Amino acid sequence: MIWNKLKLWFHMLGSAPYFYRFARAVAPWLWAGFAVTAVYATYLALYVVPGDYQQGDSMRILYIHVPVAWQAMFGYAVMTVLAIIALVWRIRLTEIMAMSCAPIGAALTLICLATGSIWGKPMWGTWWEWDARLTSMLVLLFIYIGIMGLYAAYDDKRKGARVAAILVLAGAVNLPIIHFSVEWWNTLHQGQTIRLMGESSMDPAMIPPLIWMVIATKLFFGAALLDRSRNELLEQDRSKKWVEMECTNQELNDVESTA
Amino acid sequence: MSAQPYRALFRRDLKLAMRRLGESLLPLFFLFTVIVLIPLGVGPGPSLLARMAPGMIWVAALLSSLLALEHLFRPDLEDGTLEQWFVGETTVLGRVWARLASHWLITGLPVIVFSPLAAEMLHLPHRALGVMILSLLIGTPALSLVGGLAAALTLSTRGASVLLSILIFPLIVPLVIFATGAVSMAADGMNPYAHLGLLGAFTILAMTLAPFGIAAALRMNLE
Amino acid sequence: MTLLLETEGLEFHRYGAPVFRPLGLRLETGRAIVLTGPNGVGKTTLLRLLAGILKPVSGTLVHHAAHAFVGHLPAVKGDLSCRENLEYEQRLGLPDLALAEALAEVGLAGLGSRPARALSAGQKRRLGMARLLVRRSGCWLLDEPYASLDDAGCRRVDELIARQLEQGGVILATHQRHPHIDPHRIEQIALEFGQEGGVQA
Repeated sequence: MIWNKLKLWFHMLGSAPYFYRFARAVAPWLWAGFAVTAVYATYLALYVVPGDYQQGDSMRILYIHVPVAWQAMFGYAVMTVLAIIALVWRIRLTEIMAMSCAPIGAALTLICLATGSIWGKPMWGTWWEWDARLTSMLVLLFIYIGIMGLYAAYDDKRKGARVAAILVLAGAVNLPIIHFSVEWWNTLHQGQTIRLMGESSMDPAMIPPLIWMVIATKLFFGAALLDRSRNELLEQDRSKKWVEMECTNQELNDVESTA
Repeated sequence: MSAQPYRALFRRDLKLAMRRLGESLLPLFFLFTVIVLIPLGVGPGPSLLARMAPGMIWVAALLSSLLALEHLFRPDLEDGTLEQWFVGETTVLGRVWARLASHWLITGLPVIVFSPLAAEMLHLPHRALGVMILSLLIGTPALSLVGGLAAALTLSTRGASVLLSILIFPLIVPLVIFATGAVSMAADGMNPYAHLGLLGAFTILAMTLAPFGIAAALRMNLE
Repeated sequence: MTLLLETEGLEFHRYGAPVFRPLGLRLETGRAIVLTGPNGVGKTTLLRLLAGILKPVSGTLVHHAAHAFVGHLPAVKGDLSCRENLEYEQRLGLPDLALAEALAEVGLAGLGSRPARALSAGQKRRLGMARLLVRRSGCWLLDEPYASLDDAGCRRVDELIARQLEQGGVILATHQRHPHIDPHRIEQIALEFGQEGGVQA
C-alpha cells in the first residue's frame, strides 16, 4: 500500500509542474536546516573543540574542508545515479537534476581546494602542495568542469544532458582509479606521506562538529540541487503553458496576501 | 557475420592516411617539437633531463595524440560516411574497433617506433628503454580508446578541440601515472612490473568499456 | 510479395517535442512508398529512423531484408577515386553489379579513377546512387534522390528505382518530383504540419 503510494509519488515527480511545486515547497526547509546545522557546527568547531597540540587553531578549517570534500565526492555519486536513470529511462527531470549536480559539485570542490590551500599554508609554507587528496580533488574539478562544458555546448538540452551523462559514467568508472593512482604516485614520489590530517588519530571530542557539518553539507546539496533544477526547468519550459499558469497563480497569491 | 566490412573500413582508413601522409605524420613532428623544446627550456643538463625523460616523453605522446583525435570522427560526420555506420547489418561496435585500430596504427605506432630516438635525446638510461617501449605499447591503445571517447562526445559541439582537451585530461591521469612510474622505476634500476601491471589493467578496462561509450555518443551526436 | 520493412507507433523527439505523431508503415517487394511534404516537416528524420541511424523514442521497427540509405550527403570519401569508393561499399555486403557497370548505370562511365572530390555536386549524388548498385539490398531508402540532378539524371534514377522494384522495395522522400514509374506500385504518405507541433501522416 505504502509502496504503491511511493511509486505513484515518484511518477508524479517526473511531471514538470509537480516537481516545480515540490521543489519550491521543500527547498526552503532544507536551506533552514542547513543554516541551523552549519551555525551549530561552526560554533562547536570554533569554541568547543580544543586546538590541535601540533597545529593549534589552524586545524579547525578541517571542519569545512573534510565534509565539503566528502560531499563533493558523494555529489558525484548522486549525479552518477541520476545519469544512469536518465540514460536508461530517459526521464527528463533526472536529466535536468543530473546536470544541476555538476556546478554544485564543482563549487564544493573549489571550496575544498581553497580550504586545503589555506590549511596547508601554515603547515607547508606554500599555498599548494601535490598532496594526494588535493591532487585528486583537482582532477575531480576538471571532470566537473568538463561535464558542465559539454552540457553547455548543446542547444538541445535533452540531447546535451544525455551526451554529458555518458561522460559522467566515464568519470564514475575512472574516479576510484584516479584516487588510487594519485595516492600511489604521491607515496612513491614523496616517500613519507604528507597527510593534511597528520599522524595523530582523531580525539573523540573532535567528532561532533564534523558530524554536524557533514549533515549541513548534505542539506546544502539537497537544497541547492532542488533550487537549481527548479530554475533550469523554468528556463527550459518558459514558453510552456504550465509556467504561465504558475506565474499568474503566484502573482495572484502575492496580491491576495498583501491585500 | 564476417569481419569483411570491418577489415574494409580498417584498410580504407589506412589508405586515406597514406594519401595525406603529411597530415598523418603531423603528430609525430609535434612530438619531436616538444622533445626539442624541453631541453631548450630547462637546460641541457643530462641528469635533469634523464629524471624528466619518462614524464616528458609521455606528455609529449599525449599532446601529439590530441592533435590526431580531432580528425578521428569529424571528417566522417561531415561527408556523411559516419551515419552509414548505423545502416545495415554491420555492428557499430565493430566499426568503432576498426577505426580505433587504424587510428592507433597511424598515431600510436610511429610514436613507439621513434621513442628510442626521443629517449636518447633526453638521456633516458638505457636500461629503461625496454620498459619505455613496453609502456608505450600497452598505454597508447588506451590513449586511443579514451581519446576516442572524448572525440565522440564532442563530435557535434562548437569549440570541440578545447573541450576535447579538458575532457581527456582527467580520464588519462591514471594512464600517465602508471606509465611514467614504470619507466621511472626502470630508470632507477627497480622493479617496474607493478606499474606495468596496473597500466595493463587500465588498458583492458578501457578496451572493455570505451567502445560502448563511443558507439552511444556517436549515435547521440548524429541526431 | 515479401515484407521488407515494417514499423508501428514510431515516434521521435527533437528539442523535447515530437516531430510527428506515431507512425506506422509496411514496405513489400515491388512497392515504392513516397514521402511528401514541405521542407522541415520531418521526411529526413523519418527516413533516418527507418535506416537505423536515429533511435526512435518509442515504437517498433523491424527490417526483414538488407537495406541501404542514401541521404543528403553522398557518403563518399573525397580522397579516394570513384572506383575505390565503390569497392569499399561492395565489401560491406553481398556484391551485386560490377564496379564499372555500376558507374555506367549512373552515367559516370570512365570516371572510375577520378578522385571523388573532383566531381560536381550532381556527379557526387550519382556516385551516391551507384553505391546502392554494387551491393544487394532489398530495401532502398532515398532522401531527395532527384536533388541536384538534371533531367537525364532524374530519368536514370527512375530507371534504377523501377529495376529495384522488380526484386525489392524503395522508400523515398521528395518535395518536388515524383518517380515516373507505374503508379500502381506507388503508395504516397503525405506529411503535414499538424497542431501542437505534431505532424500527421
